[in-house]
Amino acid sequence: MAMLNEREETLSREELERLQSERLVWQVKRTYERVECFRKRMDEAGLTPDDIHGIEDLHKLPFSYKKDLRDYYPYGLFAEPLKNIVRVHASSGTTGKRIVVGYTKNDLDLWADCFARMLTAIGATDEDVVQVSYGYGLFTGGLGAHDGATRIGATVIPMSSGNTPLQIQNMIDFGATILCCTPSYALYIGEEIERAGLKDQLKLKAGIFGAEPWTENMRREIEEKLGIKAYDIYGLSEILGPGVGCECEYQEGMHVWEDHFIPEIIDPDTCEVLPKGATGELVFTTITKEGFPAIRYRTRDICSLDYTPCKCGRTHVRMRKPTGRSDDMLIIRGVNVFPSQVEEVLLSIGGGEITPNYFITVDRVDNNDTFDLDVEMSEAFFADDVKSIAAVERTIAEKLRSALGLGVKVHLVNPKSIARSEGKAKRVLDKRKLS
Amino acid sequence: MIVKQLSAFIENKAGRLAELAETLAANDVDVSALSLADSADYGVARMIVSDPEKAAKVLRESGVICKITSVLAVAMEDTPGGFAKVLHLLKNQSHEIKYMYACISRHEGKALMIVSVENVDAAEALIAGTSAGNVHPGDIYRL
Repeated sequence: MAMLNEREETLSREELERLQSERLVWQVKRTYERVECFRKRMDEAGLTPDDIHGIEDLHKLPFSYKKDLRDYYPYGLFAEPLKNIVRVHASSGTTGKRIVVGYTKNDLDLWADCFARMLTAIGATDEDVVQVSYGYGLFTGGLGAHDGATRIGATVIPMSSGNTPLQIQNMIDFGATILCCTPSYALYIGEEIERAGLKDQLKLKAGIFGAEPWTENMRREIEEKLGIKAYDIYGLSEILGPGVGCECEYQEGMHVWEDHFIPEIIDPDTCEVLPKGATGELVFTTITKEGFPAIRYRTRDICSLDYTPCKCGRTHVRMRKPTGRSDDMLIIRGVNVFPSQVEEVLLSIGGGEITPNYFITVDRVDNNDTFDLDVEMSEAFFADDVKSIAAVERTIAEKLRSALGLGVKVHLVNPKSIARSEGKAKRVLDKRKLS
Repeated sequence: MIVKQLSAFIENKAGRLAELAETLAANDVDVSALSLADSADYGVARMIVSDPEKAAKVLRESGVICKITSVLAVAMEDTPGGFAKVLHLLKNQSHEIKYMYACISRHEGKALMIVSVENVDAAEALIAGTSAGNVHPGDIYRL
């Protein structure tokens, strides 16, 4: 199949490494000069940009973390002045504050390229009609897919998420050939189409699905219900957004565009770089991004990298689908949720009257994630009527919705009925079967 | 008569109300009236008990959230229209009834209602001189 940037996508390992080395040296130097957090860590490690000669020195560089984005919120990690930043995106942090990333014009360009490479790899052209049903807005999914599809000259239907009947109507009326959304939403749309008996009227041939964990079983189910090929995409806003890792037509792992990102696999406990092919935590360094450069960013995603040649002819390494997290982050309906965010919200209510004891239950019912939260009722909020209890429940649910960007069903339970434990309490039950 | 009402938070799990009843029984607390208000997820049990303070203490110790509030015990004639008469009296003085429920009466021919209003003292003053105010501890409690 065709390639968007054939030269870049087929560089030999040697050429790739030379390019990466050059770009890494450039990125380290400018980030050191412009970003205080990185400079401090380099100084603490006794390193200067002059110590970094190429990718052979990558392992010497200090790591960066999601926490940094909160500590330097909102713009403290940007390497360009705001006048050069043309867009921001935001997602949830580990606590109440969201994290913000910024893009220059060049960054948006390279992002569009990354996504467009995938579209081209799966056979999309300017003849295609791409329905983008990822949420548009601060979430990177919508605009990321939008710009990628625009890059190849496809016709974009900027649907955003929600309003499923209209999604299906437009898919049929506008002749959508490619669908981009979360896999659980794709499955939901597929079920609705099946229920309505409209499969025959679809022109869909492929879908690009990501932003949440999904399984090979889900892939088969989506393919069957929508009559398409379903492709996996990987990304995170701290690195770029969707398009960091993309499946090609052979679907044997996601190509990481190594002319823009250097992936490493480390042992999350010892932080040692693991040998090629090993499973561990994925770490990224962005070597071309200007606005928000990430040096050895700890994704917390657990996966492995495959450096063997791919049948498609692309030389870029392939990452396997992440199998888990090295932290306690949950992905619910495509939204990142940290239990610590829930705790922070509870502590903020009623001057400490609500205890930060909670229990999260996540499940998947009819292909939709459910998010239930047990919270201990407090005597201070109790009166002799049901209204007062409903009000407490509503307050907690509303605060959580605004902090997490996600609806949650709150259940008030008796005080001290949620198990306490020494050290790390078990606060989450994820009943979703993802294998 | 103004009486102390004990309200308890009942989470929506099987057997919670039975546990509460057992705790009260084990501590010799006598229940004269009980009403349950509920939503899909939880309920509130409101009770008139022989010893509200002791009942609250033992329930709290068993992990139940409770609260003691003041409500009115109102007498009415056990004949058609007796109930309407009392309501009429309260309504005329703009006392809005939040909720009410029946209470056992230990005297034949006398019906008792537990009534919750915003301003209990004013409502009590209003009915004190009428037949509705004709309530004595012995009507409610086993003395």
